[in-house]
Amino acid sequence: MRSVIAVYVENKYGVLARVSGLFMRKGFNIDSLTVGETEDPDYSRITITMCGDDYVREQLINQLKKLHNVKKVKLLQADSSVERELLLIKVRNTAQTRSDIMAAAEVYRGKIIDYSTDSMCIEITGESSKIKAFIDVMKPLGIVEMCRTGVVALERNETILEK
Amino acid sequence: MAKKKKTLYSGARIIIETLIEQGVSDVFGYPGGQVLDIYDELFKQSGRINHVLTAHEQGAAHAADGYSRVTGKVGVVIATSGPGATNLVTGIATAMLDSVPMVAITGNVPSTMVGKDAFQEINITGITMPITKHNYFVTDVTELSDIIREAFKIARSGRPGPVLIDVPKDIQTALCEFQPKEIVTPYEIEEADDDLIDKAVEMIDAAKRPYIYIGGGAAAQGMTKEIMRFAEKIDGYIGSTFMGISAMPNSYERYLGMQGMHGRYASSMANKRADLIIGIGIRFSDRATGNVDKYSVDARIIQLDVDLSEINKNIIVDLGLVGDIRSSFSRIAERCAEKKLPLWEEEVEGYKQEGKNIDARIGELSIGRMTPKKIFDVINEVKTKETVIVTDVGQHQMWTAQYVMLEKPRRFASSGGLGTMGYGLGAAIGAQIGSGDKTVLITGDGSFGMDLIELATAVTYKVPLVVIIFNNGVLGMVHQWQTLFFEKRYSSTVLDRKTDFVKVAEAFGAVGRRVTTTEEFEAAFKEAFCGSVPYVIDAVISEEELVLPMLPPGGSTDDIIVEKEKKQI
Repeated sequence: MRSVIAVYVENKYGVLARVSGLFMRKGFNIDSLTVGETEDPDYSRITITMCGDDYVREQLINQLKKLHNVKKVKLLQADSSVERELLLIKVRNTAQTRSDIMAAAEVYRGKIIDYSTDSMCIEITGESSKIKAFIDVMKPLGIVEMCRTGVVALERNETILEK
Repeated sequence: MAKKKKTLYSGARIIIETLIEQGVSDVFGYPGGQVLDIYDELFKQSGRINHVLTAHEQGAAHAADGYSRVTGKVGVVIATSGPGATNLVTGIATAMLDSVPMVAITGNVPSTMVGKDAFQEINITGITMPITKHNYFVTDVTELSDIIREAFKIARSGRPGPVLIDVPKDIQTALCEFQPKEIVTPYEIEEADDDLIDKAVEMIDAAKRPYIYIGGGAAAQGMTKEIMRFAEKIDGYIGSTFMGISAMPNSYERYLGMQGMHGRYASSMANKRADLIIGIGIRFSDRATGNVDKYSVDARIIQLDVDLSEINKNIIVDLGLVGDIRSSFSRIAERCAEKKLPLWEEEVEGYKQEGKNIDARIGELSIGRMTPKKIFDVINEVKTKETVIVTDVGQHQMWTAQYVMLEKPRRFASSGGLGTMGYGLGAAIGAQIGSGDKTVLITGDGSFGMDLIELATAVTYKVPLVVIIFNNGVLGMVHQWQTLFFEKRYSSTVLDRKTDFVKVAEAFGAVGRRVTTTEEFEAAFKEAFCGSVPYVIDAVISEEELVLPMLPPGGSTDDIIVEKEKKQI
């Protein structure tokens, strides 16, 4: 089962290493991890997505809570939160594929952010399933390279992660 | 009015002042290039804080650990950068696995040299990240004193453990103001929900065969009397993990001893037959449970622990109570109904009798020989309630767990979780210095080979330890496994060394005696126990002595081995 976990951490030396090191030594597999500043510069927010059963998820959350720099851990519910991921993808630009790529980019509400005679770079934002679908469309058209940010997520409405 | 002149202290002085402020009276350590400033301050402040120089940094870390286990205070160890710091690693990991509060302070190369592979530079915060509760690399001298305070707070809070502070050389020499503060108090712990307490009470009231299973958490909390009263109230019996040893007096009739791989027969059987297990400060380690799929499948389990990640980690429990265990426990104990369970009493008394019979059968096989059991009979006879027992790791450690008679908590120190051979002598020095009470180290010829260098420390500081080497010429525990599970292929466990431990002791300036009979041992031990110098007794026992009973690894109580020829009952 896929879970999205939001973690509030102190913005201090080595925090990301502590969090990622924990996954390694406890044998947790995660799908993505993003980290960035929050509205308070003393804190960063980490968003983790992982697949695993209830046992693995509970252990991961409980172990995270033990880290001194971790101030709050919350499991985000799919129906009450929004999540987005950003994809930058470079595909081969040929006379045969050009119109297909541009049509697909339009349908997926992507933006062409770089264009050369040999390649195009497209930016897509959305939920992970949409990102994956777009990549699948691009595969036969010739992906040169790509880069995903991993998921960021927030709860809907007024709910906030108390620190 | 003239402005009061601010006193500026060096970072090194601030370290010592903050340690003193936090109530530290003894530190263990070893000097080196990047802690020269700290050692200079230790020299200048030697009237206010006592430094014990060990022979090796690992010994210093174990000494801080042993000191902490007997006093309940935070153990403090200091080492230089690079190899000094890496030599602490085993000691810090030992403390982590057994939840021992410790603060380790290491020096490091000046900030400007960090990352350049300077002489004796090592990233000790990176190395110790998985084996500390938290660690710090100090980058600003103005934060130094508060970092040390926070380190003490973290070390002592919740489930205790080690914290490391790495201080670059330039931070030690930088000047800063210093204001003494109060001794830190641990972080507050959340209390378990009241309805969960009620649920626990309901389960206990319904139980017909209750078994109270205590661990290191209960021992550290010193909950002896409360647990005894509770056991009597609900007519339950008590068993312990290895780390729970000393939480209950061995003389107490409801205490069945340690359970698990080398546990006592009665406690292992009572655990197996229980319909309710009340775990207090335990983590259901594999050595305690055996095969988790077969562990107490029919019993309901309540687990009280301060560390939420221990609930459901190794064993899925029916009810987990996270929070201060003393508080959760007293709330439960208060609300439980008093009851009598004669059938359970009768059953457990049967196991106790059978356990005695097994011991007697093992005893009969050893007539005429000096055996571990007979050595412990002498130790138990001679030692007092205050005597501290420290062990190394191996067969001798398990014999200690099985046979030593302890009367109160914090009189026992041994590496349980990590199983660190070479822990004993350093820890015993720390324990004796911390407690001021006679300390007896039980070790083996293998383990002693790893830490005997600390005899130098014991002699220098006139620490009147008694060291008893269970000398069987083999690496006994591995040898035992090879006997039972590897068809006696003794790969690298027969030592065939020519070490004369009496001469070793004498060379260090201690007393040494070699004994081969129980009578000789008794005479030597009595002399050693009353003496005021470190005293090494080389007690020669047979390599064929096994630690029994034994649950084979991955096995369950059904597979218990009670006699030598792998006979199952």
